[in-house]
Amino acid sequence: MTAQADIPFDRLAARAEQRGGRPDRFFFSRPKLRGYAMVSPAVLLMTIGILGPVLVMIVMSFWTADGFGFNRSITSANFARIVHEPIFMTFLLRSFWIAGIATLITVVLCYPMAYYVAFHVKQRKMLWIILMTLPFWSSYLIRVFAWKVILGFEGAINTGLMAVGLIDQPMEFLLYSQTAVVITLCHAWAAFALLPLYIALESIDRSYLEAAADLGDGPVKRFLRITLPLSMPGVIAAALMIFIPTTGDYITAYLVGGPDSPMIGQLIYLQFGVINNWPMGAALSVTLMLWVGAIIFAFTKLTRARLVDTLV
Amino acid sequence: MSDPSYIERPNRWLTAYALGFMTFLYVPILLIPLFSVNDSIYVKFPLEGFTLEWFVQLWHRDTIWNAFYNSLRVGVFASIITTTLGIFVAIAIARHRLPGQSAIIVFLMLPMIVPGIILGVALLIVLNQIGIQLSLLTVTIGHLIICLPFSVATLLPRFQGFDRSMEEASADLGETGFWTFWRVTFPIVFPGIVASLILTFLISFDEFFMAFFLGGSEATLPIYMWSQLRFPSEFPTILALATLILLFSYILVLLALWFGRIGLVKTIEDKPAGVA
Repeated sequence: MTAQADIPFDRLAARAEQRGGRPDRFFFSRPKLRGYAMVSPAVLLMTIGILGPVLVMIVMSFWTADGFGFNRSITSANFARIVHEPIFMTFLLRSFWIAGIATLITVVLCYPMAYYVAFHVKQRKMLWIILMTLPFWSSYLIRVFAWKVILGFEGAINTGLMAVGLIDQPMEFLLYSQTAVVITLCHAWAAFALLPLYIALESIDRSYLEAAADLGDGPVKRFLRITLPLSMPGVIAAALMIFIPTTGDYITAYLVGGPDSPMIGQLIYLQFGVINNWPMGAALSVTLMLWVGAIIFAFTKLTRARLVDTLV
Repeated sequence: MSDPSYIERPNRWLTAYALGFMTFLYVPILLIPLFSVNDSIYVKFPLEGFTLEWFVQLWHRDTIWNAFYNSLRVGVFASIITTTLGIFVAIAIARHRLPGQSAIIVFLMLPMIVPGIILGVALLIVLNQIGIQLSLLTVTIGHLIICLPFSVATLLPRFQGFDRSMEEASADLGETGFWTFWRVTFPIVFPGIVASLILTFLISFDEFFMAFFLGGSEATLPIYMWSQLRFPSEFPTILALATLILLFSYILVLLALWFGRIGLVKTIEDKPAGVA
């Protein structure tokens, strides 16, 4: 506690009286207003840091590059290129394909794990949760780098298998392929699936399961009719939490993806780097955002979930 | 009649699966420290022997120290500012039932679900248009946005989870809002605040996209690592650096989790601090 803990109450009360005259009295008499005033710095930061920049980015996507500067006359030329030149759509669709597959595999693999901790771990639950999520708390770059070390031509898997004599030559397909990207993404984003799945499974009322068992449902029927439907919010949250960030992923595709699997993130980066066509980069980012938004909308409509519910 | 334990009886296949899953989760990460003490410039089996050579090389490199100090500075500022903002949000939401508060929370959680590259690119464009030079300051601004959701997610359960009657008692005894906060609320939520400080620091310390797009010529540790990845001959020193970062990160997380759990009421105890 503070150093003033031993001051008698009457003196404290007198002090409080003195301070009562401060200007914050205005807020004290209006608690709701005070609440909004308190969240406003954070909301302001997000407005300046996300909303504003995204709006400026949308404006810039209608400009064109002009040497080292910009031609600020409004034109839809960038979007016309994105629609007409197949390379852009190829990149975009490949990104969604890789992100989608990685999301599906991650959620499917993580479900039994989360189920195990929610239903079968009796003691030290917290220890399991910490162990499941600990790898997530290290640099994303390091986790991807680890897979480069493992999957490489002279990497851990190839040299390890050769050392024990299982293979004679290194397997070339491991690194620089879409498979490598998907494996790496699954590993790197597992925590984002495990937590929402665990929370959804843990909060299922066990008496429903007992009731179903009493009424004669076997384990499979109980799972399909009770556990799975009730855990769907967790599944949806997990899917969104992985799919959205991975579509824009840049590191993984660059480090372990091959020439056949560049993703949209790399293309966007190039526009701001060597290609130096910022308006095109902005247009690609806007396109990515719109697509992701549309996919989330369709997904949540399909599953009849609300994004708000899965987040809060 | 069926026994309730029938539903949750041990399942050998599931246990085996869980152990296999944990292996998949940890083996790739544990290979990093393993190879970092391997006496070979090639990262491959069989291991050649034990050496601390790569760590010694790291120690003598000024660029690494420079990047480390950069990361430290950005992380400290980002964590203090976001935790302060997070405290205000947590108090406001926990205390007042604000109309539209779930919309506010979703808005604040946006950075968790928007692809990092879009946030980085959008900020880069704005800074460029305003004419602000890229520096550690702009990286810090980017990190404020990335870290805020984690701060709110860590602090909110803390502020919602404690007994309001203690604050009421303080108010009854004549304390003003600020002194009630300082002498009653603050000591109760203090562990959560420490947890938030540590976790947001760590997120900033490990963050890549913002540092990459907004750093200009200033490199943080992840950006330094990234720049070295082009040179296969640097792999052993990168492994040594990665080992140190992993160790540092995990120690901090465990500290944060430990702090985050002190004095928490039972109902929210099972939810992990950090990721929402």
